[in-house]
Amino acid sequence: MGITSDLSIPSYSGASDDTLLDALRGGDEHAFSELVHRYHATLVRVAMAYVGSRDRAEDVAQEAWLGMLRGIGQFAGRSSLRTWLFRILINCAHADCQRRGRAIVFADLRDDTDEGDAIIEPDRFHPAGHRWADHWSIPPQEWPEARMLSAEIGDRLIEAMRHLPERQRVILTLRDVEGWPQHEICEMLGISEANARVLLHRARTQVRRELERYLARSEEEFRP
Amino acid sequence: MIPDEEMTCRELVELVTAYLDDGLTASERTRFEAHLQECPYCRVYLEQMRQTILLLGELREDELDPVARDELLRLFRDWKSRNQRLPT
Repeated sequence: MGITSDLSIPSYSGASDDTLLDALRGGDEHAFSELVHRYHATLVRVAMAYVGSRDRAEDVAQEAWLGMLRGIGQFAGRSSLRTWLFRILINCAHADCQRRGRAIVFADLRDDTDEGDAIIEPDRFHPAGHRWADHWSIPPQEWPEARMLSAEIGDRLIEAMRHLPERQRVILTLRDVEGWPQHEICEMLGISEANARVLLHRARTQVRRELERYLARSEEEFRP
Repeated sequence: MIPDEEMTCRELVELVTAYLDDGLTASERTRFEAHLQECPYCRVYLEQMRQTILLLGELREDELDPVARDELLRLFRDWKSRNQRLPT
């Protein structure tokens, strides 16, 4: 633990974000420290989903904190502090991406045909005309429980997420890694629930598929 | 779509997220669950989606790098001292 570990005084640990916001407006460092404790790791993970590298994500998260402090006088509280903070983060991530010549804009999500090919291999199902058309021809095999507990699974997941299109990665991070409710994600990103579900579905399907491939491969390798 | 028509595996696979999010209509849900009753493969698939979601949740770790924390507190102190110098 660093020298600052005593700064998070217990009285704020169960405080609501609104309480912390009021204290922060009064310049209370403990309130800031508690917010950092609550959100910094998540900010960095979400920033990673946009910018790719850990170092850049840390910088973007730091910019977001600064943006929050600068804007706190004008913040009217129409959204939650958390939503507002993450909106600032996303603006900072966009700015960072633009400086590097690539922009990701959620608001332009009118269709998602650019989000990749068929999400599950079509040849996993019997073709049209077959007696069992659109039913499994290559069904999923149960995953070996012991291998699910291996530390390597986490690495496979991270690797699978790295290969997702950005918007899918951001939604998957917020929804399944961080466990945010869908409506808050939609409010923050300015997209409809239907769009969010399409992206989330593709992301989850792809990650499951990568796990399946990994487990099938490692099963073969582990076979005596 | 005919409401009573049996769901195919391919269709079920496309509706898994909506099912898990409680986003299906009542009739879709009935067809989805009726298919699951009959199809062990789709039960495996649904279970794997649940496992995937659970495993993703385990990537969350809240360890805060003390260096990052110190930097942020410095940022805060700078902001505060600049702010206090501003005329009110």
